[in-house]
Amino acid sequence: MNELLAEFLRGYTATNEWSAIMPEIMLALLALGLLVSEMFLPKAQHHLIPRIAIWGQVLIGVYAFSCIGGCLTSSGSFFSGMILQTDVSQMMRPFFLLSSILVCYLGRIYLSQQSLAKTEFYHLVLIISAAMMLLVQSSNFVMLFVALETVTVAFYVLVGYCRTSPFSLEGGLKYLILGSLSSAILLFGIVLLYGVAGNPQLPGASPDSLNFQSLQAFIALNQFTGGNLLVNVGAILVVAGICFKIGAVPFQIWVPDVYQGAPTPVTAFLAVASKAAGFIVLLVLVQGPFLALNELLVPVLSFIAAATILFGNIAAVTQRNLKRLMGLSGIAHAGYLLIGVVAVMRGVEWAVYAVIFYLVTYLLASFAVFGVMAITAKADDANQQLDDYANYSRKQPFLSGVLTLGLGSLAGIPPLGGFIAKLFLFVAAYQAGLYGLIAIAILGVVISIYYYFGWIRECYFGVPTSEIVEDTCGQSTVADRTLLGALVAGTVLVGVLPAVLPIIP
Amino acid sequence: MNDTNAYFLLAAILAPILAGVILLFGARFTDTTRRAIAAFGFGWPLVIGIMLYGLFVPGLAGEYNFELRLPTGLESIGIYLHLGLNGISMPLFILAGTVGFAAGLYSMYSDAERPHLYLALLLFMLGGLMGTFASIDVFFFYFFHELALIPTFIMIGIWGGVGRRGAAIEMTIYLTLGALLSLLGLIALYVESGAASFSLPELRDYLASQPLSETVQNNIYALLLFGFGILVSLFPFHSWAPKGYAVAPTGAAMLHAGVLKKFGLYGLLQIAGPLLPAGAAHWFPWLIWLALGNILIIGLVTLAQRDLKMMLGYSSVMHMGYAFLGLACFSVVGAGGALLMMVAHGFSVALLFMLSTCIYHRSQTFDMSAMGSLATKTPVLAAFFVAGIMASIGLPGFGNFWGEFTIFVALAESELTRWLVAPAAIGIIISAIYGLRAVGNIFYGQPSEAFAERLESAPIEDLKGFEKLPACILVGALLLTGIFPRIFSDDANRELAEIYPAAEHHFPASAGVSEPAATTIYQEDAH
Repeated sequence: MNELLAEFLRGYTATNEWSAIMPEIMLALLALGLLVSEMFLPKAQHHLIPRIAIWGQVLIGVYAFSCIGGCLTSSGSFFSGMILQTDVSQMMRPFFLLSSILVCYLGRIYLSQQSLAKTEFYHLVLIISAAMMLLVQSSNFVMLFVALETVTVAFYVLVGYCRTSPFSLEGGLKYLILGSLSSAILLFGIVLLYGVAGNPQLPGASPDSLNFQSLQAFIALNQFTGGNLLVNVGAILVVAGICFKIGAVPFQIWVPDVYQGAPTPVTAFLAVASKAAGFIVLLVLVQGPFLALNELLVPVLSFIAAATILFGNIAAVTQRNLKRLMGLSGIAHAGYLLIGVVAVMRGVEWAVYAVIFYLVTYLLASFAVFGVMAITAKADDANQQLDDYANYSRKQPFLSGVLTLGLGSLAGIPPLGGFIAKLFLFVAAYQAGLYGLIAIAILGVVISIYYYFGWIRECYFGVPTSEIVEDTCGQSTVADRTLLGALVAGTVLVGVLPAVLPIIP
Repeated sequence: MNDTNAYFLLAAILAPILAGVILLFGARFTDTTRRAIAAFGFGWPLVIGIMLYGLFVPGLAGEYNFELRLPTGLESIGIYLHLGLNGISMPLFILAGTVGFAAGLYSMYSDAERPHLYLALLLFMLGGLMGTFASIDVFFFYFFHELALIPTFIMIGIWGGVGRRGAAIEMTIYLTLGALLSLLGLIALYVESGAASFSLPELRDYLASQPLSETVQNNIYALLLFGFGILVSLFPFHSWAPKGYAVAPTGAAMLHAGVLKKFGLYGLLQIAGPLLPAGAAHWFPWLIWLALGNILIIGLVTLAQRDLKMMLGYSSVMHMGYAFLGLACFSVVGAGGALLMMVAHGFSVALLFMLSTCIYHRSQTFDMSAMGSLATKTPVLAAFFVAGIMASIGLPGFGNFWGEFTIFVALAESELTRWLVAPAAIGIIISAIYGLRAVGNIFYGQPSEAFAERLESAPIEDLKGFEKLPACILVGALLLTGIFPRIFSDDANRELAEIYPAAEHHFPASAGVSEPAATTIYQEDAH
């Protein structure tokens, strides 16, 4: 035992591996600290906990932000190939932190209207954020699976967080069952790959066959000699497992119900951060271990992208429940992003950054919309109908302005950020020669105008009525306004001056 | 490269937007403050436009005056905020400034609910318009167009007339489709050309040295033609226009029908035609048949309208057909005629939309058959309306005449298109019929009983000052272009001669036709 400890200490002092994942460690400690502080703080001071969570994350965010460009931690491989840090994974750290900060803020609004346990919410959000950071850095299927399960299990709890709402419980149960199913599919794929790549009889077999690099070498060698059925099946199953996380057709079936049932902040977290993590993992996989399988995966993913765009947009047209609408339109956005992934696979390298750019603008716009929804929601927030927003611009001119800009950006209207993001994706797709997908994407955008503008229309174009119902719900504080104002200002700024987001090299 | 005057160009775009942002938060401003800010935003672009016209240096064919090139963060795909004016964009820049000023003046005194929001949206629209015609970069050309388009939808939705909800969403979806198709065409142009730049001169130089294959040109031209065509209400894609204009609030209708709609034509004139000559030749038969559809079919539909605003909407769709015919000729004369037509039509249609609202305020109806002998009460309004209708028919003395006439000359120039003169001339007769009939029905003739009673009892006043001034500006502009079209045509001619060189041989069937001296004919017309 002592020898082991000595070995560990020697390893620790010889390298600075642990400092490479300092932001994740700090997040986890902060998460634990929240639980501890609930125990020790007097009841009257419990309102400090969300503040500790938010400001702690802001500090970590500043630290993580300084890691971009590798001035503190060098990028590279750590923990014997478990983790590979690239500039993409460094960029995603502030992304996940920003989304978890916003989720904590929205959670504070949401939880103030409910009588539920409060501290655990923030704890779980922080854990998910840390696990997502590790997920996008993982360079080994074991690491990938562990990080992914940490995220998913915490989400099971968060989706069903509102125990008093049947919608929330239903959503939680659906997410649990279908999430486990997808984890099983993913695991089955991993096991197949592990078995094949570890078979010493095959050329290129490696004892460390779950490592992305050795797997990549093995698959490339096998493709060269004619391919291997088990590799193909395994890769397809892994991709299917990821597609479940990003809500792509045909694994989208859980999205509307779960988005509707989950508390609004959790819906936002699922829509933005979970989807982003899924896409980065997909990008890592198709550029790493599955690089040699392009011939198989490009048609599959192209087909999925087309079906996802069409399904998401067409299903959203008739939707009047707004959380389901956001879920279905989120499916459509996953389809657009998949076009970027396919473009990467067709050799347009910079499409990776186009995808990240899209994710950032999606974050800004989505959180603006979800923020307005969280503020407007009554105690039963699963049931937000389009009709609730009739004449909204007269009751809440500022919030409806935020909503309009957020939805406009999601629809891809210039001069908002969403438009520039779509422009990058389309240019990348055109360079990759994906003409059919672009045509479908344009059709999708045109359809999406109908439901996004339908919502805006509800806010603004209602018949002016003399009796405006005064309701106490849906009043925003100065802090809410500042935050939402900053989000839409960011959206407009990115649209007018994309240079403020130095993602595209 | 960035000379000082170029920053005035930038200021012409930013000033209305800035004024709009201030007004957006100005719900509590007094009327005077609001009008002062709005007047600055509406007037500034026109002042700059006239100033830059004075400073315009001719003789730089193929080059741009007042060039400004700023990075915005899209350099990686070859996009810069690249502004400048040449002989083709200058007239349209002035058109945007003039119509914007007139529409702004009228709107400042209109009785719209939530006036700060109304004026702010109109100012955003104007900023976008100024940007569209000042852009050299084809991406920003598109970007500014969209910036101007979005406020239109919102304004129709909030302040529109009966049926605004349906009209707003139909227009939004239709025009988004058109805009996306043209964006796709521009992206295709960027990628296929390999120029690694969205800048128009660079694309042109690059494509001149290594033209695209014919198939690629045909495909890209189709995207641009139908994308821009939807935005200009090319024949089978026009249904959004009359409905949209019929319900649009006056300011939005003036700016959209008068200026914004010219975006698509300008795109075809300045981008699609010169860069993709083979594509233009391939789609030439399609374009003339669709343009004839605009002139004849929509002309007959216009004849059947009883609603004044619907009639104006359809007639504006119809007149776009002439501009398309001019473009289809693919010659210096044709393109120049289309350009003059665009400018003059912009003034006249804005004038007519404004006056139709003035008429409505006095008659409380748009139904022309119900009105009559309004001129007895409002002689000045009648005079302006008659002037607008005469201009729209193409009476000599107004700018529209030179546009139509030059287009006819261009059609007659080539044997291939000579037969088109006859059906196109029928269109003029049609527009004379419905135009004069409208004048007769509204201002003269027998009023219906209910209307006669209204004329007796209701206090109907003639045009007020805030209605007269914009009308004077627009009629003045029409007369100026009608009497002295050289102010625009000389610079445009020089530019067009540069980018439409030896155009005739692009037509497959006219290879043997000797090319007439296009430039000289054009200049004679212009006198």
